[in-house]
Amino acid sequence: MSRYLAVTVSPHTFTWLYLLASVFFVLALKALSSPRHARYGMWIGIAGMVVAAAVTWVAQRASHDWVIAVAFAAGAIVAVPAARLIQMTAIPQMVAIFNGVGGGAAATVTTVEFLHDAARGIGPAEAVEVVFGAAIGCISFSGSMFAFAKLQGIMTGTPVTYRGQQVVNGVVMVVVLGAAVATIADPRDVLLLITSLAALAVGAGIVLPIGGADTPVLISLLNAFTGLAVAADGFALHNVILLVAGTLVGASGSLLTKLMSDAMGRSLPNILFAAVGSKLTPGVAATSADRTYRAGDATDVATLLAYSHRVMMVPGYGLAVAQGQQAIVELAKELKDRGVQVSYGIHPVAGRMPGHMNVLLAEANVPYEELEEMDQANAELPSTDVALVVGANDVVNPAAKNSPSSPIYGMPILNVDQARHVVFLKRSMRAGFSGVENDLFYDPKTVMLFGDAKDSLNKLAAAVKQL
Amino acid sequence: MINDSVTLVVIFVLAAFVGYEVISKVPSILHTPLMSGSNAIHGVVLAGAMVIAGYAHGALQTALAAVAVFLATGNIVGGAVVTDRMLGMFKGRGRPGEGPKAGQGAKEPANK
Repeated sequence: MSRYLAVTVSPHTFTWLYLLASVFFVLALKALSSPRHARYGMWIGIAGMVVAAAVTWVAQRASHDWVIAVAFAAGAIVAVPAARLIQMTAIPQMVAIFNGVGGGAAATVTTVEFLHDAARGIGPAEAVEVVFGAAIGCISFSGSMFAFAKLQGIMTGTPVTYRGQQVVNGVVMVVVLGAAVATIADPRDVLLLITSLAALAVGAGIVLPIGGADTPVLISLLNAFTGLAVAADGFALHNVILLVAGTLVGASGSLLTKLMSDAMGRSLPNILFAAVGSKLTPGVAATSADRTYRAGDATDVATLLAYSHRVMMVPGYGLAVAQGQQAIVELAKELKDRGVQVSYGIHPVAGRMPGHMNVLLAEANVPYEELEEMDQANAELPSTDVALVVGANDVVNPAAKNSPSSPIYGMPILNVDQARHVVFLKRSMRAGFSGVENDLFYDPKTVMLFGDAKDSLNKLAAAVKQL
Repeated sequence: MINDSVTLVVIFVLAAFVGYEVISKVPSILHTPLMSGSNAIHGVVLAGAMVIAGYAHGALQTALAAVAVFLATGNIVGGAVVTDRMLGMFKGRGRPGEGPKAGQGAKEPANK
C-alpha cells in the first residue's frame, strides 16, 4: 500500500503526524476526568481528527478526490443538523445511531480492502483481520440500528422474546463463525458476504431481547465493538491511527460497560441474556395490597421541605420521562432562597443512560458542584432532613441491601432510607422497572405525593413560594 | 506506515492499557459525554475510508468507499457536535479561585 502513499508524503512524516493525532485523542479522553476541562478536551480531539483526516487525504491523492469530497460533504450535511437539533433527553438514541454508522463504515472499509486485494491474493493473516473487522462492524451496525429504533419508539422498547430465541441466536452465531473460518481458509467474495449478512442477523438477535434501562448498557458494548472493528481495520490497512483510536475506544467502551453493569448490580451476561422486564415477578408484588402508606398533598410536602435544613433531590428515569428537569431546578431555587441547603444525589445509572441525569440537570443550569455522585451523596444522607425522590425507585430500594432473595440484591443504591424524612414523587404505587416492591414506601417516615413528576414539582415550588 | 505485524500488535496492547487507564479516571457524572465522545473518536475510520477510496478499483469498490466516507463523516461530525453541546452545558458556579466542592457548606454537620 505504501506505493500509494509515497506520492506526496514520506512515510516518516506520515507516521509522525499520526502519532500527534493519537496523542490528541488520548488527551481528549483524559480531559474528561473533570467537567472543568472536558470541553477543551473535545476540541483537542477534533484537532486530532483534522490532522488524521488531512494527512490521509493529502497522502492518498491518487484518485477519487471528488468522490471523497462529495461523500464527506453529504455526511456532514446530514449529521450536523441532526446533532444540533436533538433534544438532550434523546441523547441515547443519537449515540446509538452515530455508533451504528461508525460500525457500518468500519465493515465497509474492510470489505473494499478485501475486494481490492483479492486480485493479488489474500494471505491468512490479512483474511483474519478483514473478516474480524467486517463481522464486528456488521454486528455493531445492525445492533445499534435496532437499539436506535427501540429508544426512539419506532419499535417497542420492551424485550422482544419468542420460543426458541436462544437456540436461533446460537445457530446464527455458529453460522457467523463457520462462514468466518471458511472465508479465512478460502478468501472468496461470497463467503465474506455470508459472514457479513449473518453478522447483521447476530446484531439484531442480541438487541431484540433487551429492553428498558438495559438498552444503554448495550450501546456501550456496541460502542466497544465499533472501536474493535476500527482497530481491525487498522491491522488490515497497516494504519496506525485507526489501530490506536479504535483500540482506545474498544478498551474504554469495555470498561464503561463493566462499570454500568456493576452500577446496576448485574453481570453483563445477565443483562444480555436474561430479558429482564419481560416477565414481572408476581409473588413479590402480591403482598402489597393490605399495607398502609402515607399520602400527602403538595402543601404538606412543601412545608416539610421549606422548614428543613438540608434537602437532597434524588432524580431518576421518571423525571427525564416527564421532562421535569426545569421544574426540579425551580423548586430547588425556591428552597435555596429560603436558606435551605439543596444538593442532587445522582445514581450512576439515573436517567435514560449512565450519567444522563447529570447532562439533563446541567442543561437546566445546575452547577456541576451540586451534582453529587453516589458515594458523596451516601455520606451526606444520614445528616439530610428530607430526601426528595423524583421518578426513581429501584436505585433507592433498600431491598438491594437487605433482601438477598430480591432480584436487585447487590445493586449499589442511594441510601435515602437514612435521611430523616423521605418523600416519593410517583404516579402510583406501581413497582419500578425491575418489578420489585419497595418497602420504603410503607415506612412511617415516608410520604408519597402522587401525580406527574413535572406537575407535582411545579405545585411544590408554588406552595413553597406561598409559605 | 508500519508493515511489521508484531509492531502493530505491540501498539494494540499498549493502546488498550492506555484506554483502560484514562477511562478509569472519568467520574460517573461525565459518563454520557464519555460515551458520545469516544463514539466520535472511532469515527477516525474516515482515514481508512479515504485510503480505500484512493485505490478503489471499478464502480462497486468506488461506491462502497463513498458509502464508507459518508458514514464515517456522519459518525465523527455528529458525535463531536453532540458531545460539544453536552459539555457546554456543564457549568461551575463560576466564582474564581474556588475548588469544585468549596463554598457549598455541604460538609458542615447538620445542626438539628
